Amino acid sequence: MENLLSRYRNVSILVAILFAQVLGLAIQVRRTSENESNRLIRVWATSAITPFERIIVWAQGSTGSLWRNYIYLRGVRQENRDLKYEIENLRVEQVRLRDDAEQARRLQSLLGFKEHFISKTVAAQVIGSSGSDYSRSVFIDKGSNEGIRKDMAVITADGVVGKILRADSGTSQVLLLDDQSSGVGAILEGSRLQGVLRGTPVGEVVLEKVLSDEQVQPGERVMTSGGDQIFPKGLPAGVVTSVTRGPEAFLNIRVRPAANLGRLEEVLVITEQHEKAPEEGISLTRAADILSQRLPSVPDKPVAPATPGASPRPADGSAGNSNAAASASPAKQAAAAPKAATTSPKPAAPAKPGEQHSTTLPGTTPSPKPKLNSAPAASPPAEPGGTPPQ
Amino acid sequence: MPITYTSGEQVEVYRFSIPVAIGVPLAAIFLQAFLPLRLRFFSIFDLPLLVTIFFSVARRNPAAGLITGALIGLAQDSLTHLPIGVYGIAKTVVGYGASSLGVKLDVENLGARFLLVLFFYVVHQIAYFMVARGLVGLTLAWSWPHELGAAFANALLALPLFLLLDRLKHRT
Repeated sequence: MENLLSRYRNVSILVAILFAQVLGLAIQVRRTSENESNRLIRVWATSAITPFERIIVWAQGSTGSLWRNYIYLRGVRQENRDLKYEIENLRVEQVRLRDDAEQARRLQSLLGFKEHFISKTVAAQVIGSSGSDYSRSVFIDKGSNEGIRKDMAVITADGVVGKILRADSGTSQVLLLDDQSSGVGAILEGSRLQGVLRGTPVGEVVLEKVLSDEQVQPGERVMTSGGDQIFPKGLPAGVVTSVTRGPEAFLNIRVRPAANLGRLEEVLVITEQHEKAPEEGISLTRAADILSQRLPSVPDKPVAPATPGASPRPADGSAGNSNAAASASPAKQAAAAPKAATTSPKPAAPAKPGEQHSTTLPGTTPSPKPKLNSAPAASPPAEPGGTPPQ
Repeated sequence: MPITYTSGEQVEVYRFSIPVAIGVPLAAIFLQAFLPLRLRFFSIFDLPLLVTIFFSVARRNPAAGLITGALIGLAQDSLTHLPIGVYGIAKTVVGYGASSLGVKLDVENLGARFLLVLFFYVVHQIAYFMVARGLVGLTLAWSWPHELGAAFANALLALPLFLLLDRLKHRT
């Protein structure tokens, strides 16, 4: 036996090492959660590699910054002029959008919607990747010390990037949207069809679970639906590039991710989200009161004055009730409308321009239990110069 | 191609200093994790595999080769989110195969090295796919044109890389 082992020493070692690895794999596959020893190996490997990556990224950033900010300044004046012009255009656009947003907020409040806000984000630098095409993930230079936890959403200004897979003290691993184990609840912007965004083994992104009898056009934008409880609703996820009939009863929809996953440099990790309940003031306003301010009504018969020159009394005898504005002349009605608008509660304040990492989310989700005692959403309060919402 | 069959006495066995034996695989893993972020095409290369082949062939000791392959593979695994051991098994097989072949063949010239890397890249991919599909249950798409193209690219990269690494080895 000893002779046999010494004769086949190398093969014995090979078999032993392969067996140990197969056994380890089987244990890992069987366990749903990552065990401590497994995590330790990953932490060691990450700790050995990421310091070098940090140094190189820092050196690269510093050199680039020095070059761009102090040396290579050609065309800066022209760029400055162009940017100023763009700012002017954006200001005009902003005024219009602010009106729309305020109107939308009032409607949401009336309907009992709860708004989702991204209240806090952490900016992070991408410092490395997994180095494998079969595991599409990247490492960022922020970890649990900065409040990052598993399953937090990672985004860029362009759209969804992925989610946090593992957070160590100083680094985190982000599973990218195009990995085959990723999944994001998504909705098509135009047709409002819901599905699941998944990566494929070859690194593409597809929208699954859309029935083949639905109409989906290439070019349609895909947004997050918020159904996965990780990504807030309304973030851009990608654009449909092709639609074919897939297996079973579903369409095969290919999507180009909104964020450039191949060239990630800086990302934002959403560390806090909160829901905002509808504002109380609006829910207490009765729809009848709002309507009475808007709709024309038959003026009450004036009671014959007892003495000449005395003003007529209203029929119910009260003065200055809510029907007073309605019973007045059209000119007075017009004057009353702004007053009604001022009595409506203020819409949620937009994010302050200089506020760091504080963003207002474009999307909203309905609250699970809308308030029954709130106004029945007949119409929002009148707005000066605004059109009544439908 | 000049792959010559040699006796055990004819082939030269090399050794490496400890900093080189540890630093080169770590550098390969680091570059593999870092460069694809800046140069996307680089993900087609597998630097840790090339280093495994180089060390295994140079040492010409199957036990050392398979242990080198296993350690490099496990380190590579730990940077992914997949179970640890998929790359480990594939590189163990390659380390063992390359060092066993190194005992029997003279693989010092460029042509032999090119063919060696071409062959072991395909072996590595087959082993990886078998483990990933059979044991882990991953859905992977096998494409011969892609795998052969990647094998060719890795074999080309191996030529200058091995010449560079040749400077670090000591004759025993």
